[in-house]
Amino acid sequence: MQPRWLDGRLTSAVASEFIKPNDRLSSFDRLEIYNRVYWFRVLDCLYDDYPGLRAILGERKFGRLATAYLAKYPSTSFTLRNLGRHLEKFLREEPHWVTPNEELALDMARFEWAQVLAFDEAAAPPLRPDDVLDTPAAKLRLRLQPYLSLLELNYAVDKFLLAVKKREADILRDEASNTFDSMPRAKKRKRRIRLPKRERIYLAVHRHQNMLYYKRLEPAPFAILCSLGKGRSVEQACESALRGCKEKDCSRRLQEWFHDWSALGWLCRMRQRGRAAG
Amino acid sequence: MPANRFNNFTELGIGIGLRVPHYRHILEKKPVVDWFEIISENFMVDGGRPLEVLDQILEQYRVVQHGVAMYFGSADRLNREHLKKLKRLVRRTNTPWLSDHLCWGSVDGRYTHDLLPMPYTFTAAKATAANIRAARDFLEVPICVENVSSYAEFHASEMTEWEFLSEVVERADCGILLDVNNIYVSSQNHNFDPYEYLNNVPHHRVGQIHIAGHSKFEKYILDTHDHPVRDPVWKMYAHALELVGKTATLLEWDDRIPSFGEVHNEALKANQFVEKELETVPA
Repeated sequence: MQPRWLDGRLTSAVASEFIKPNDRLSSFDRLEIYNRVYWFRVLDCLYDDYPGLRAILGERKFGRLATAYLAKYPSTSFTLRNLGRHLEKFLREEPHWVTPNEELALDMARFEWAQVLAFDEAAAPPLRPDDVLDTPAAKLRLRLQPYLSLLELNYAVDKFLLAVKKREADILRDEASNTFDSMPRAKKRKRRIRLPKRERIYLAVHRHQNMLYYKRLEPAPFAILCSLGKGRSVEQACESALRGCKEKDCSRRLQEWFHDWSALGWLCRMRQRGRAAG
Repeated sequence: MPANRFNNFTELGIGIGLRVPHYRHILEKKPVVDWFEIISENFMVDGGRPLEVLDQILEQYRVVQHGVAMYFGSADRLNREHLKKLKRLVRRTNTPWLSDHLCWGSVDGRYTHDLLPMPYTFTAAKATAANIRAARDFLEVPICVENVSSYAEFHASEMTEWEFLSEVVERADCGILLDVNNIYVSSQNHNFDPYEYLNNVPHHRVGQIHIAGHSKFEKYILDTHDHPVRDPVWKMYAHALELVGKTATLLEWDDRIPSFGEVHNEALKANQFVEKELETVPA
């Protein structure tokens, strides 16, 4: 616990003003129990939600980042689920906590927060053919599922995270087995996973039948989805994304994409605007 | 006394907390369990797997909601958005009653995610009771408040913890979720007699009982919920039953969670005390 209070007084002196000591613990000791439990709880939560960022930074650096982040952005939600929602913002404001991997760390933080959303964010009723039957593409506007995140990233964080999770599963399996004890000491050490190289990827992070998935997209369908998400009409979204495409090939591919997105339930009807009274 | 207006006139028996490591076992094996307690905040979400699991559980079992973030004792007013989400969940689960803690944990919209002890003052009792009444009126379900375990006491306190609990529940006209493990933990940390606590709360308001394990350290005891129930707590539980009668009882096991069978067997040990108590009740 910090030795000094916000106004510069000794924390022990402040604690003794409002907390009774007992025969075993001083006022400061008793306050410190709560301080330790608080930090353990919130750091443990970020530790669980950001395994990829932890693997990039290493445990100590991750711990320093998490502490600084929580000091600036303490929880403002009744649920710990939302604890990481300002992490991307924090990394943009104070990138020195993740030097020299600023961009990679930012990509991973965005990717891991997208997974929190994909897990339990709301699902809207998916689009049905009847919903769009008589609407021309120029007027048709769709929205995307609230649980779907579209990420344009500079690193292949998806593959990296899979490798991290595989390593953690391997460690867990080894620890559950006696054969681990007979392995040479060097092999027991946590294998470091090579950081991903720079590579532009387009990811959709979503859920299907309540299981979490991430799917790589090509640039054109990614751009269409982003445009739809911004409220542009289907015609506008497709036109801008497919400039330069040969017409026959274009329509076939468009059909495929929209078919896939519908099958995954990503597309929803726009919300009906409430009618003005009177 | 056991079925009363604070637990909606139910007699649920022995329950356990619904926890993620047990989902698969419960959904596949469908074990016989009197009831499950859920942590409300874990299911106050808008979609996805948590609600899917909950709906499957609700098809088979009685579920009672237990909250950890209402913070009746915080100086802030109750969070309206929190209450709205909670009410949606109440409608989904049809919980016969709802419980949360006699504590504070947020200030100016910042959350500690902890169950912090309160100064036992008349002013705090009045404000806390007003919050409990407001929550009950909005949620339209009986509320039981749980005594927390604590590691600190305040100079400002004007009464004992059990007097404070009594003052709050009488003012709010609500029920008590009597956590006998928490009483034991606090009694060791603050040097009071846990039986004096048990003897002096309004027994007719007890709608539910919690039992749990704790961890002993050199200078204090921590309420860790990661052990079987210890003998002194079982003894207190038996005494509590003598005072309040057969009451819906729940075992909490939240950390280092063993198999479903182990947790359930530990909970079912409560039955021997319940049966003993029933034997002593005149026909």
